[in-house]
Amino acid sequence: MGIGITELTVRIVVLAKQVPDPETPPSQFKIDESTNTVIPPNGVPPVVNGFDLTAVEAALLLRDSGADVEITVMSVGSDFVMDAMKKPLAMGADRLVLVDDSGLDNIDSAVTVRVLAAAIEKDGPYDLILGGRQASDWDQAHVTLGLSEVLGLPLVSLVQKLELNGDSVSLQRVIPDGYQTITAPLPSVLTITNELGEPRYPNLRGIMQASRKKPEIFSLADLGISSDDLVPKLELKKLYIPESNKQVELIEGEDEADSGKKLALRLREEKLI
Amino acid sequence: MTSILLVAERDEQGEINQSTLQAIAAANGLLDAVVTVAISGEAPASASALAVEKIVTLAVVSIADEGIYDQATAEISALVESTSPEVVIFSKSDFGSIVGARLAFRSDSAFAADCIEISNDGGDGVSVTRPVYGGSALAEFEIASKPAIVTLRAGSYEAGNETGSPSIEAFDSGASVEQAASVTGTVAEARDGVRLEDANFVVSGGRGLGGPEPFSVLTDLANALGGAVGASRAACDAGWIDHSHQVGLTGKSVSPDVYIAVGISGASQHMAGCSSSRAIVAINKDADSNIFKEARFGIVGDWEKVLPSFLATVRELKA
Ligand SMILES: Cc1cc2nc3c(=O)[nH]c(=O)nc-3n(C[C@H](O)[C@H](O)[C@H](O)COP(=O)(O)OP(=O)(O)OC[C@H]3O[C@@H](n4cnc5c(N)ncnc54)[C@H](O)[C@@H]3O)c2cc1C
Repeated sequence: MGIGITELTVRIVVLAKQVPDPETPPSQFKIDESTNTVIPPNGVPPVVNGFDLTAVEAALLLRDSGADVEITVMSVGSDFVMDAMKKPLAMGADRLVLVDDSGLDNIDSAVTVRVLAAAIEKDGPYDLILGGRQASDWDQAHVTLGLSEVLGLPLVSLVQKLELNGDSVSLQRVIPDGYQTITAPLPSVLTITNELGEPRYPNLRGIMQASRKKPEIFSLADLGISSDDLVPKLELKKLYIPESNKQVELIEGEDEADSGKKLALRLREEKLI
Repeated sequence: MTSILLVAERDEQGEINQSTLQAIAAANGLLDAVVTVAISGEAPASASALAVEKIVTLAVVSIADEGIYDQATAEISALVESTSPEVVIFSKSDFGSIVGARLAFRSDSAFAADCIEISNDGGDGVSVTRPVYGGSALAEFEIASKPAIVTLRAGSYEAGNETGSPSIEAFDSGASVEQAASVTGTVAEARDGVRLEDANFVVSGGRGLGGPEPFSVLTDLANALGGAVGASRAACDAGWIDHSHQVGLTGKSVSPDVYIAVGISGASQHMAGCSSSRAIVAINKDADSNIFKEARFGIVGDWEKVLPSFLATVRELKA
């Protein structure tokens, strides 16, 4: 137990993944087809997956509401860029635990889940596991869901609001035309969606504190896992940028109002309206 | 023989839904396909004409399971265990995304989400194509282990019109799950007019609208066309319109005859939800905006100046 952690502290693990910045303009998004990898655009550093930052925000909102929480951010990967990975700490998370191993270079979601589960079990007791609804690189939306299976914990996905009530948590889960209210026990695994609200910006104090904190690092060996055991189930054969041969027909009138009128007439001509 | 288990879903009327019919077409496109459809509860009458080998009805999944799907996951896992299919296909719906992902771990098998293509003519196993990086790239994966569990993106395949005469049998999984998390209620967003997913016309607004008020102009236009209002995530996150209007990778998928994007830049994650529209019409003041690479018709201009005359002309044409 860390300093200031008591029996009553709710220990929250937030899963976070380092990804290429999804705001990279399409013109700068390039792929090396000989290695089937994305070429990091010059000068655009990686970021923590956006939905994972929303999950950090969810944990911080619990703290804001008066709950005694300890927030541990956990990530599995290699080539971590600390400026990016420390953002959750700067927002207010307490600890950063990285499983950092070159054997984790090229893994699929099934392998990620195995390693995360081992790291979570090793790191100690927990009450709640939060993850983003999906990662913006492979868009599989698999890891957090799979973790609930491997750890044998209840799962609620697409959570937009949460509230701690003793040993349970009250949730709002987004559905296509509204939301469900759900009660789940602790510990549970939750995926968090952007409907929760924007992740907060780190303030100066947070950034200073984060810069002094050191991540705790596990290797695969620390977890008793050999990289030979980590056989991906999906074998990537080809990664490429789809070609678009669409040709837009620009409607140009005498002025913008005239263009609007011509557009409607053109759509009628095409029997589209 | 390639045995395929396809997990069906129903529409609001209890009929086999459109995504399932598309998935059947995808399944039948595989070499030597033998397709079994699993459905919860009694099969609707129309199911007896589906172009598949067999229909398996599962014990009725209780309403309380909706959204959590513990019971459904247990029943489908049991079915997979007892029938050992080589491929399991779900729609990329709320249900399919969750149950498919969980099933993959229960059956220690591969999971590929949101696929737009599936084939098995390349030798051993199955290969799938799925959009990645929000749709900026496509990835082809090979899956050697069995079963391969996939979810299919709506609109990737066209529903076929073949018919068949499947046998129908009940499957009793014996599973009865004590669900740890419980659904205590549902709060529905009020909706007037057509469902966004079903609309033939969708008028969507983005960050370029600059605030919530302009959505009333989009609503007028949608009403004039008999359509529905959509939005980009940026507009929803800003609180200008409810998230139930969000179109895209993490919102709704629409495929109307005409999709009108107003003040939307056309990020790949947005296009993921509307690219199967018959015609995309873009109104954007930035000629270099990505939306013009996706649109069939476009106006480079300020929506504030373009929309009033467009709306007025649409009204005249409709009168
Ligand atoms: C994992 C992930 C999932 C995502 N899922 C989705 C999703 O489901 N749906 C979605 O939409 N996004 C999604 N996004 C976000 C997406 O990447 C974009 O950030 C978002 O779509 C941008 O919204 P926008 O086009 O409204 O805003 P912007 O990109 O800011 O574009 C605004 C546009 O308005 C134009 N404009 C400004 N003023 C005017 C004017 N007066 N007249 C005309 N045009 C004007 C500008 O030229 C600009 O092109 C996702 C992102 C990630 C990382």
